[in-house]
Amino acid sequence: MKKTTLFSALIGLSLAAPVSFSTDTPPARKPRPDADNGGLTLPQGFGAVVVSEGVGKARHTVVAPNGDVYVKLDRLENGKGIVRLQDTNNDGKADSTTTFGTFKGTGIAIANGYLYASSDTSVYRYSMKNGVVDESSQPQTIVTGLTLQRQHASKSIALDDAGKLYVNFGAPSNSCQEKDRTKGSNGQDPCPILENYGGIWQFDANKQNQRQSDGMRYATGIRNAVALDWNPATKQLYALQHGRDMLATLYPEMYTDAQSAELPSEEFLLVKKGADFGWPYCYFDGQQDKKILAPEFGGDGKKQDRCAGKDRPILAFPGHWAPNDLLFYTGGTGAANSFPAKYKNGAFICFHGSWNRAPLKQGGYFVAFVPMGKDGKPSGKYEVFAEGFAGGPEIMSPGDAKARPVGLAQGTDGSLYITDSVKGKVWRIMHGK
Amino acid sequence: MKTILLFIGLSWVGWEAWLPSAHPTRLPAFKSESVADSGKVIYDTYCLSCHQANGAGVPRLNPPLAKTDWVLGDKTRLIGVLLNGLDEEVEINGETYANAMPAHNFLTDKQIADVLTFVRTNFGNQASAVMPEEVKEVRSKKK
Ligand code: HEC
Repeated sequence: MKKTTLFSALIGLSLAAPVSFSTDTPPARKPRPDADNGGLTLPQGFGAVVVSEGVGKARHTVVAPNGDVYVKLDRLENGKGIVRLQDTNNDGKADSTTTFGTFKGTGIAIANGYLYASSDTSVYRYSMKNGVVDESSQPQTIVTGLTLQRQHASKSIALDDAGKLYVNFGAPSNSCQEKDRTKGSNGQDPCPILENYGGIWQFDANKQNQRQSDGMRYATGIRNAVALDWNPATKQLYALQHGRDMLATLYPEMYTDAQSAELPSEEFLLVKKGADFGWPYCYFDGQQDKKILAPEFGGDGKKQDRCAGKDRPILAFPGHWAPNDLLFYTGGTGAANSFPAKYKNGAFICFHGSWNRAPLKQGGYFVAFVPMGKDGKPSGKYEVFAEGFAGGPEIMSPGDAKARPVGLAQGTDGSLYITDSVKGKVWRIMHGK
Repeated sequence: MKTILLFIGLSWVGWEAWLPSAHPTRLPAFKSESVADSGKVIYDTYCLSCHQANGAGVPRLNPPLAKTDWVLGDKTRLIGVLLNGLDEEVEINGETYANAMPAHNFLTDKQIADVLTFVRTNFGNQASAVMPEEVKEVRSKKK
């Protein structure tokens, strides 16, 4: 979603051509981490500086080649929905905060020399000159006229390196019951929602005013993929699905509260064209290691039936952790802040944190790292990379969390930026002293 | 199985908080006649996952039940939310919430009265009880 590397390399080249390579990259001098790492716990050798204490209801984020940080908001601040943070003296702290764009939303990315940003019903893009976003320009409308839905409305976006734009169309439903989330209501079979939602649609990244019908349903059976990213190393699309809720509330005779907290798994998906991951008919049970027929469609917690042929996740996480962003780490071009080699081409995943594990304690509320192999699949277990956002070891209810990680971006120097949805705090994670 | 589930619900808050006896014995949940108790059992079974144990809800998704004008205000509207559900952009104490509130018309008049009385007297709320007759009346008008 946030690939600045290729683009910044091009900019760097074109500007610096005969003289030296690095005149356009930010100074190699590193900001000093905050003494308390901004309240985060990080692996040995990493430090964090708080870029901003709060920009508003933050969602996704991206860093421009010149180091400016852009944060998408899903509530307008003074009528504006995109925040730009500038750090002119390179101490890691934003010394200028400006806003533009009159729409709220989730998605934001840089590609093809444009800053793309989405509302819940459209995708826009702003032109950039020499790596600087032209904020005063009227944005172009790339995708328009999408139905304003209530649940799962976030239009997360990702761009590949071949001029395609990918947009999440989350399902406005938990499990496609006749009456959503209502005890005793059957599943709709076939589920009509799948025609326009519950999948990822592909659009032309450069064509204006496309409707949903101009796009192509690239993959289906995905309830909601807030986390979506293109992996430049394998040239493939990846996403994480938010699994369905309320197994125990709707089917207490089949699931205990403890089972319902773990089930279904949150799924890390390698999204190939034409893939079907099974929602709403199926969910992934990480313990049984297979797709299980959902109870709304006749399942009993064990039966597979039609779910046997559905596409599987490449990794399963415990239930309800709410993966809200994904970033494939490419390393820094300036190398000033590049993370150690093991992180290169690996995946960072932002878990916003659960609510549907209640009455058990909640889970998530951290940023994970998943090492990735050359085959495009995880080469090891996930690791906790950054934690401490919520401000306590046990979170019983999401309202108690001081901060919740929601967006990830990579800086040109290799720093990792993390946004928070509670106040809009922004951290910059760096490696080395 | 329902009894077992309710048992789990009970054990979460701890028996001590519940029963007068210092050495609680495992009484079936239904033994309790008090409205607040039965309201709490219903809350834990059907409402807690969304509105949370402390009634604070979930930011952006599920609204709080603490001191909202929906909870404290007009009882007919409040009973209507439970009988019919609610899934439209409405402001609840100045915020909007994206999730859907399912209809709970499968609960009896008494169960709805009890859970609403529980909500109206907990989470910092202090409002009058809801009577089964009031639920019955709203239900009959909706038909
Ligand atoms: C699936 C999640 C869910 C469940 C289960 C649920 N609610 Fe709600 N509830 C909501 C949402 C979401 C709204 C707001 C809907 C809207 O904005 O259109 C809401 C609104 C309300 C409101 C009015 C607004 C407010 O916050 O004061 C009340 C009262 C309420 N619910 C009580 C209950 C009670 C009592 C139960 C259990 C019997 C219950 N709810 C079960 C999600 C849920």
